[in-house]
Amino acid sequence: MAKTLSDLLPSAPDSGCSELATTLKSALDYDQLTNCMRCGFCLPACPTFRETGIEAESPRGRIALMKAVADGLMDPDEAFETQMNHCLGCRACEPACPADVKYGQLLEQARDSVEKHTTTHRWWVKAARKTAFDGLFPHQNRMRLLGGALQMYQKTGLRKLVRGAGLMKMFPAHMREMEAILPDASYKGVVEQIGAFHPAKGERIATVGLFRGCIMDVLFTETNKHTVELLNEAGFDVVIPESQNCCGALHAHSGEQDGAKALAKGNIAAFKAAGVDWIASNAGGCGALLVEYDHLLHDDAQWKQDAAWCATRTIDVSKLLVEHGRLQSAAQAAVAAGAGSMVGSGASIGGANNGSRSGVPASAPAAVSAISPHGHAAASGGCGGSCSGGLGFASDEKVRITYQDSCHLRNVMRSSEAPRKLMRSVANAEFVELAEADRCCGSAGIYNLTQPQMAGQILDHKMEHVKHTGAQYLLTSNPGCLLQMKNGIEKHGMSGQMEALHLVDFLHERICGKH
Amino acid sequence: MIHFPFHYPFILKGELYMLQQAVAGKLRAIVGAQWFKDDPESLITHSYDGTPMLQTLPDGVVYPENTAQVSEIIKVLQEHRVPVVSRGSGTNLCGGTVPVQGGVVMVMHRMNRILEVDLENLTATVQPGLNTKAFITHVEGLGLFYPPDPSSMAISTIGGNIAECSGGLRGLKYGTTKDYVIGLEAVLANGEIIRTGGKLMKDVAGYDLTKLLVGSEGTLAVITEATLKLIPPPKTKKTMLAMYKDLYGAARTVSKIIESRIIPATLEFLDNPTIRVVDDFAKLGLPLDMDAILLIEQDGDAETVDRDIARIAEICAGENAERVSIAADEAEALKLLTARRSAFTALARLRPTTILEDATVPRSKIADMVLAINDIAKRHGVTICTFGHAGDGNLHPTATTDARDANEIHRVEEAFAEIFEAAIALGGTITGEHGVGLVKAPYLEWKVGAAGIEVMKAIKHSFDPNNILNPGKMFAKSARKRVVLHRG
Ligand SMILES: Cc1cc2nc3c(=O)[nH]c(=O)nc-3n(C[C@H](O)[C@H](O)[C@H](O)COP(=O)(O)OP(=O)(O)OC[C@H]3O[C@@H](n4cnc5c(N)ncnc54)[C@H](O)[C@@H]3O)c2cc1C
Ligand code: SF4
Ligand code: SF4
Repeated sequence: MAKTLSDLLPSAPDSGCSELATTLKSALDYDQLTNCMRCGFCLPACPTFRETGIEAESPRGRIALMKAVADGLMDPDEAFETQMNHCLGCRACEPACPADVKYGQLLEQARDSVEKHTTTHRWWVKAARKTAFDGLFPHQNRMRLLGGALQMYQKTGLRKLVRGAGLMKMFPAHMREMEAILPDASYKGVVEQIGAFHPAKGERIATVGLFRGCIMDVLFTETNKHTVELLNEAGFDVVIPESQNCCGALHAHSGEQDGAKALAKGNIAAFKAAGVDWIASNAGGCGALLVEYDHLLHDDAQWKQDAAWCATRTIDVSKLLVEHGRLQSAAQAAVAAGAGSMVGSGASIGGANNGSRSGVPASAPAAVSAISPHGHAAASGGCGGSCSGGLGFASDEKVRITYQDSCHLRNVMRSSEAPRKLMRSVANAEFVELAEADRCCGSAGIYNLTQPQMAGQILDHKMEHVKHTGAQYLLTSNPGCLLQMKNGIEKHGMSGQMEALHLVDFLHERICGKH
Repeated sequence: MIHFPFHYPFILKGELYMLQQAVAGKLRAIVGAQWFKDDPESLITHSYDGTPMLQTLPDGVVYPENTAQVSEIIKVLQEHRVPVVSRGSGTNLCGGTVPVQGGVVMVMHRMNRILEVDLENLTATVQPGLNTKAFITHVEGLGLFYPPDPSSMAISTIGGNIAECSGGLRGLKYGTTKDYVIGLEAVLANGEIIRTGGKLMKDVAGYDLTKLLVGSEGTLAVITEATLKLIPPPKTKKTMLAMYKDLYGAARTVSKIIESRIIPATLEFLDNPTIRVVDDFAKLGLPLDMDAILLIEQDGDAETVDRDIARIAEICAGENAERVSIAADEAEALKLLTARRSAFTALARLRPTTILEDATVPRSKIADMVLAINDIAKRHGVTICTFGHAGDGNLHPTATTDARDANEIHRVEEAFAEIFEAAIALGGTITGEHGVGLVKAPYLEWKVGAAGIEVMKAIKHSFDPNNILNPGKMFAKSARKRVVLHRG
């Protein structure tokens, strides 16, 4: 005789199941769980499935596990927890899913529940999370202090002392590796260094609020400064609201929803008050959370509307430059010349796509010829120098560049073409596509600290592909990815031949010259 | 014991075969402790495949590394009469890898090597767990062509393709998996290893066991190696879209093209709801105001391709196509084909449950079948979207529904029974490429008749007397009563 689900359930609903199971049952969105029709399209896109070949390590498998818990078929044991933590949260499974299953939301719901009940983190994860999430990220001034401390550590010889005395050995190897590649920190953020308002060069197109990011602003202050200058060049007024704070991504992705919500509200208020047209992000990981503030606060009647405003106005800096900036007209002309509209109902087949999915190689719709800088140079009144033949200086040495997608920029903000268009249009730079650039580098927020083994394996495969490009510059659009790429270059002994840079820094150097 | 499939949720646990520790121990000894799993996580994640509303837990999951291990595993399972379900990537749509009687799921993913590409004989020898697309890409890199390309090829395995005899977008001109499998190595239910066929274009030594194992759905043997025929790739190809305000015109075009003795490489049909969801996903700017589109590809030498495409365009115009357009380049063509491959899953955007069928009719009857499907859907008050390999006469009428609504599911079930009946009445079949498995077992007799079932059961019995290989599939406990079609 056939057994139905109810036969298998404990006699009284929920009787035998753990507290975590109860939390999960109410947290998980059952509609999303059933929307997964188990076709498997997401499997080839998933890095952890590719590494292991194990169904449970795939999006389809993870959703099935969540559904089994929601159906009362399985008690969420330690293995369940481990599996949820094994997921990189890279969300490559989302653009791959034709059914539009919101995996990211399910993962968040699962992790949030687990976090509420967990007791099993290793000590440094627990300690690091506690300090960072409660004491540090929410407070930009403390982040800055940390930046100062880090700078002291790096500059005063304390680093030498610590390294010399072998103190770093107390930490696991992967944390030592990260320590080694941390860029010089700054205790002065972008606003302290250059001020909060920067007018457009030439006629103003729109007012852009810069999201400076907490880690960005401490470890990559220069990148923030360069972003401002590029945006000014392209015709935007830039304001940097001082009351903005951490985006909350690390909280949200580690199951600390409440912390994330509080931070979101702070940012929404800051940018609303600043009266901006766009909120520009130069860190895919942060931008991706900003564009999902509407989801994060969907059940908060008071904040819902402003959250939606924030979500629709947030844009990646590359996209802003390509689609709305003064570099736009030339770039678009080049694109339009190459892509035909076959179906005749508006969008061109090549153009509107959000980039490659499983197996479709990422390629620009047409070879975008070098963006003519003349209009831009004239309007901006100068990136200085003779900009002929493309963005930047004709005299610049010819270099080969490649690009590692930021997962969240690509999979959540769905911006993969804009950075490539920019890179293809830089004069004297040859852009080569990195094989599997769309695949996570293993950094994934703090994944490389919490899941070092899988992260290391993924990074090793990544660096094999990187080697093949023969590029001098490996560009990315997110601080976490950038650190991981620096780490990879170091680990694989490639520091002589190659440098990892933020795309913005590279563009800035090429367009505005070295400072 | 197995109910009609459309029940929600349908879950059994194979207590009958609860693996004794002894069996688990023996399996661990064969494959190594890490490659036999029976923890809840592994059982849950091997309880389903791509078929909606089916879920049954196995008792264990084993990952063999080579043929010898497969043979040893089968011997142990045979000794203890434990069912074994071979599994590729679990994308089949007939409940083929759902372990309805519990037992062990044997995942073939570790056996995923290309053993040889023979450039003199134009053959490839591969292991069954090899990913289909990886294989196709590999041989293309060598300037060769393996045509069977199921829409699931980015996920599916060659072993799964062989066991289901999968078709694809190129089936019309190039045939399906069966036309490319020329040799197999397989492990029988007693653990013995057989080899059939070889790198031979001809071979009539005895019954054709190769062809018998193709499409056998894991019920006769476990395929452990396959020799596949490769062909030279076409020199050029052209891809076009024909757009219609009238569904019937699109369907009639299909028959007209074939009647005009043109065999395109691809001839796919998508109706309006399918166009909408596909475009929602792929964002290609497809024409949302059309009732149907045909995606047509022809390949070959440049002259023939141009001539055929021009002729096809004329035929489309003759059947009142609103517009016809040609893809600018290969990248654009690839995007269209990739989008078409997403159709089935994209339909899941509409409602939570998507049930797809696989009715196939002679190609001249495509228009009749499309009309019959729409009529049946209307009468039962259910939504059925249709797309498919129209050139093969193979349509995928897909019900978008909600498994939690028992009443609606019942109506869907009734509608599909009528669709099968209509297909058979037009000289067609209940499944063109997805296989019988669990879900179509109750209908198999409609197509092959009582005598046909008896012969098939006898074949099954001689291969697998104790019924341990994928039990519960292909043959239903009792056939479903035929429906009487209300016409008019
Ligand atoms: C989105 C989507 C699109 C699809 N499109 C098509 C299509 O265009 N054409 C088409 O024909 N099908 C299609 N299918 C169905 C399915 O993908 C195919 O049947 C495919 O061949 C299954 O491959 P698999 O590796 O996933 O096999 P599985 O689903 O794992 O197994 C399928 C069957 O093969 C058996 N099997 C697997 N490996 C072996 C082995 N080594 N030895 C013996 N038996 C074995 C299993 O027991 C089972 O009965 C589609 C499915 C989906 C989800
Ligand atoms: S692609 Fe989407 S529907 Fe298909 S298995 Fe993955 S999550 Fe589920
Ligand atoms: S988020 Fe990334 S790692 Fe996690 S399931 Fe999706 S693709 Fe896999």
